[in-house]
Amino acid sequence: MTYGNRNPLDSLDPTAMKEPKMPPTAPPVDQQAAARFAPARLDVVDLTASYRGLPAVADVSLTIEPHRVTALIGPSGCGKSTLLRCLNGMHLMAPHATVTGQVLLGGTDIYDPRVNPIEIRRRVGMVFQRPTPFPTMSIRDNVLAGVHLGRRRGRGTHDDLVEQALMRAGLWKEVRNRLKAPGGGLSGGQQQRLCIARALAVEPEILLMDEPCSALDPISTLVIEDLIKEIRETCTVVIVTHNMQQAARVSDTTVFLNVEYAGVPGRLIEAGPTEQIFNAPQQRATEDYTSGRFG
Amino acid sequence: MATHFASRPEAEPRPGGPGLRRRMATDMVGTGVLWLATALTVGVLLWVLGYAAVQGFRYLGPEFLTSTPPGDPSRAGGGFLNGIIGSLIVVGLATVVAVPLGVGAAVYVVEYGGRLARAVDFLTDLLIGIPAIVTGAFVYALWVTRFGFSGYAGAISLALVMLPLIVRATAEILCLVPRDLREAGLALGVTPARTIVSVVLPTAMGGITTGIMLAVARAMGETAPLLLTALGNDLFVETHPDHRMSTLSLQIFSNAITGFEAAQARAWAGALTLVILVLLCTAVARFVARRSSVTGAR
Repeated sequence: MTYGNRNPLDSLDPTAMKEPKMPPTAPPVDQQAAARFAPARLDVVDLTASYRGLPAVADVSLTIEPHRVTALIGPSGCGKSTLLRCLNGMHLMAPHATVTGQVLLGGTDIYDPRVNPIEIRRRVGMVFQRPTPFPTMSIRDNVLAGVHLGRRRGRGTHDDLVEQALMRAGLWKEVRNRLKAPGGGLSGGQQQRLCIARALAVEPEILLMDEPCSALDPISTLVIEDLIKEIRETCTVVIVTHNMQQAARVSDTTVFLNVEYAGVPGRLIEAGPTEQIFNAPQQRATEDYTSGRFG
Repeated sequence: MATHFASRPEAEPRPGGPGLRRRMATDMVGTGVLWLATALTVGVLLWVLGYAAVQGFRYLGPEFLTSTPPGDPSRAGGGFLNGIIGSLIVVGLATVVAVPLGVGAAVYVVEYGGRLARAVDFLTDLLIGIPAIVTGAFVYALWVTRFGFSGYAGAISLALVMLPLIVRATAEILCLVPRDLREAGLALGVTPARTIVSVVLPTAMGGITTGIMLAVARAMGETAPLLLTALGNDLFVETHPDHRMSTLSLQIFSNAITGFEAAQARAWAGALTLVILVLLCTAVARFVARRSSVTGAR
């Protein structure tokens, strides 16, 4: 099963395909509607992701439950960021990147050539390591970027949507009076929360966060950790972090990946409830890593 | 160099010793050379500008900007109104053709890549190296021999001069737009094309505008290809680009080579007008680009 850059696929599970797809743009305008909005389950099956034919992470099978915060931890080079980028197909946007295996979103393989990758990226949002507000847009337009530039919903003022997204990202009070100011003028922590608001405004079912706090100071980190716990109410969160205390603080489930030495692909060592991973790990490598003996 | 490094460990413990003095001397010589190079470059530029200004302002005035040259070039008076209008029309047409093509090609080269893109990239470098007179001869052979001298022919030749400059400048600016921004757009479920149009291009707008203005400035001053295409028209104001028309550069050329003092005064005034026109265009374009890109107001 090699998809390369989206090769045809013959081993699709036909029953899985019949499951109704989550409406990608169901708009929960208020909190009640948001609560009704149920994220789909994400199943990773035998996933191997490669760059130029060299696997960065191999043979990963994993289930990400809805409304949970899942932390991916492990030493540098273990492929946790690559794995995260596979979950919404962003991995294939890099040159010479290939994927084998399946990522099932509510039972539908996102690498099936019949599935529109743009729909997948609307359902599975992403926040990057460095804040990336669009420098030419105001705070308001940044929040609405995914909505306005997307295909489904037309233009409009969407004042309620802006407010709601900024509230959920914990930024509303700080920027309510300067929504027309450039997004690049905010502090680093505010910019990252603006990016989170922008991702949430599209109403994704799952939000992927690639070390969202590594470029931020401790206070901004705390603010973002708090909001991750709140986001869980409406969507599933998968977070990559180098910071084990952060993983312990915010996540319900922890996935430990490891790489034996540079040049071999990273592998999944252990996944389980966060408490178990940190207090009673089944694997020696997990214990060594979480107790700080290496990595 | 070798002795320099070898002497360092001994020189270090004694501040103010011969090692330090030699390094300070090297530093002073290096700074001096760089200062001299900068002074020479800026000096020559200022000299050219200043000379054109001094000579130009002797005649540049309301009459120059509002009248056409006298029928007899040796007579004083008259102006380059037809050339100013011709330059604006011909360069304007060339810009309208070259900007969308050039920016489009650059977007293709940078954002889509592939073998064809590399070929376009290589051809752009080749095109930049082609002398403008060759471009003029090309348009003469293909267009003028069939349809005659005209402003359109001039605009085509100038567009060919501008095109590779715009492609090169735009491509370089697009390469500077961080990859993160493109990924951020894609991660929101925005299509790649829409990400380019609404995120990448606006971010690069300032640089692209600068590149376009450099190409416009170059086209404004271009004379050789226009001699073979627009030909010139010193008699009256021609606004229809289907006919032969004059441009500032052509009028500067034709007046400067006459040898009559009055004509040369007009040529200097024309040269100064050209410089001012390019400066004005650049200022306006920068202003517009800044307003449209940074404030974020829709």
